Amino acid sequence: MKLEIKNLTKTWGGLRAIDDVSLAFPSGSLSAVIGPNGAGKSTFFNLISGAFPASSGEVLLEGDNIIRLSKAERMHRGLGRAFQVASCFPTMTVMENLMAAVTAHVGQWGNIISRFPPPGVRERAEEVMELVGLTHAPDVEAAILSHGDQKLLDIAIALALEPKVLLLDEPTAGMGPEERWRMIERVRGLWEKRKLTLVFIEHDMDIVFQVASTIRVLCYGRVLAEGTPAEIRNNQAVIDAYLGTEEHPA
Amino acid sequence: MKGHPAWRDALFAAIALIVVLAIPLVHRSPAFEDFIIRLSAMALFATSLNLLVGNTGMVSFGHGMFYGFGAYAFGLTMQLTTLPLPVAAVLTVLATTLAAFCVGAICIRLSTDYFAFITLAFQMLLFSLILSWQSLTGGDQGLRGGIPRREIFGFELASQLHLYQFCAVVAVLGLLALRHITTSPFGQTLRMIRDNENRASFLGIVLWRARLWAFTIAGGFAGLGGVLAALFVSGAYPELADWPNSGQAIFAVMLGGINSFLGPVLGAAILLALNDIVSRVTEYHGLVLGLVILAAALGLRRGVLDFLKLALPGRAK
Repeated sequence: MKLEIKNLTKTWGGLRAIDDVSLAFPSGSLSAVIGPNGAGKSTFFNLISGAFPASSGEVLLEGDNIIRLSKAERMHRGLGRAFQVASCFPTMTVMENLMAAVTAHVGQWGNIISRFPPPGVRERAEEVMELVGLTHAPDVEAAILSHGDQKLLDIAIALALEPKVLLLDEPTAGMGPEERWRMIERVRGLWEKRKLTLVFIEHDMDIVFQVASTIRVLCYGRVLAEGTPAEIRNNQAVIDAYLGTEEHPA
Repeated sequence: MKGHPAWRDALFAAIALIVVLAIPLVHRSPAFEDFIIRLSAMALFATSLNLLVGNTGMVSFGHGMFYGFGAYAFGLTMQLTTLPLPVAAVLTVLATTLAAFCVGAICIRLSTDYFAFITLAFQMLLFSLILSWQSLTGGDQGLRGGIPRREIFGFELASQLHLYQFCAVVAVLGLLALRHITTSPFGQTLRMIRDNENRASFLGIVLWRARLWAFTIAGGFAGLGGVLAALFVSGAYPELADWPNSGQAIFAVMLGGINSFLGPVLGAAILLALNDIVSRVTEYHGLVLGLVILAAALGLRRGVLDFLKLALPGRAK
């Protein structure tokens, strides 16, 4: 499913956090969004997913403008997202988290008649759990999962909604070098298996250049550059604004 | 929530009910029977509040308004009409549910602190209304003249034993229904909202709708508790709808445990027992009660059942 952004703008008072951004993510692509801290990367994801309203512009999913839709309706149209700080249900086990997500997805969240989980939900939750590789901890409460597993669970919750387009806000945030690679390999595996249109925010340039097929660079809310890893690596504006500076976070 | 088939809850409820119903056959104790009657009302009241507090994370300070509303609505229906008692009870619960829906539609727009305040404000509104509408409610004297306890299926509710049996059955069925709701997909939705409402909304859950449902259902069950309270006192008094009564329910919930379904029932039992025992010894029972709650809060740092659940790991929820 193709994701297209047209003239997207978000102003906070006088600040233009996202300033006339137009980008296209072809169906089945694996793209990275990079840029210095405060460039507006997370805001960009929040606007696409509907966490808060845009000031102007359009977000097109397979040609349909979804900018007026609620975040829930966007999820139903096939847009999924995970969060920079892992966002799950801390007092529930991994399985309960996933079963709850599937239950919501199949429109059973208001069901007061049957028992939780409704028929068929457990199987689908197990499928997602195997897909992301959390089978070692089905009955562990999310609050006491390791950091990496919490990030995985967050992604798994997003996948439970069977998205076609998946936005991952720093899937490797807060991880050590080795764990980062393991995580990103899993993400790449998910992208292949589910034939997703996947967009991720990432600060580790080694990962970005190796994994992403196309890269978009945001700076001060604007698109600074877009292209293949080779093109971005040699782009003078990107080197000046980002790659060559001290702002490369750990 | 695994391993919680419906029949197990039903079996547990049936055993509890049989035990309670069997006790008077072995030994008659008016004090104990009074206690169970009052506990029936209080247990429904507190457990319905916990659907909001423990399950959904909505702390209502005004839940007593629906308890009081139920008591008055039932008392008035019985006094002003000749409807059979079960019909009047069902009508009362429906009316309270409707009232909760209307009040909830306004309250759930606000979050956390302000939600608590506005529920309290609504309760005070109802309380003032009861006090000032003398011609209907009897004002501060309460509904006088008693509630005609018309016979149902051979039950004569004027007899304490029959009232005891009636209240026990209604309370157990009511609690079983509440239990079913908390273990339904909707109950899980409420826990999702409590845990992480932002994530819940991204999963397609319409937060206001789920909260309004929860508020409405909780109000309806509090109204059922009010029906039992009205039967016990054979009337209705403004105190039933006053805010300290909401506080009692909050005490019961916190004392018993917000994360255990039966926590509020245990809390209500402890609270009522303390009241009875302490007020026999001293007139300062409020002081003793305060100290016990303080000791429980500081000592256990959670409700009694929640504490036991943690202290005895491996036990089912």
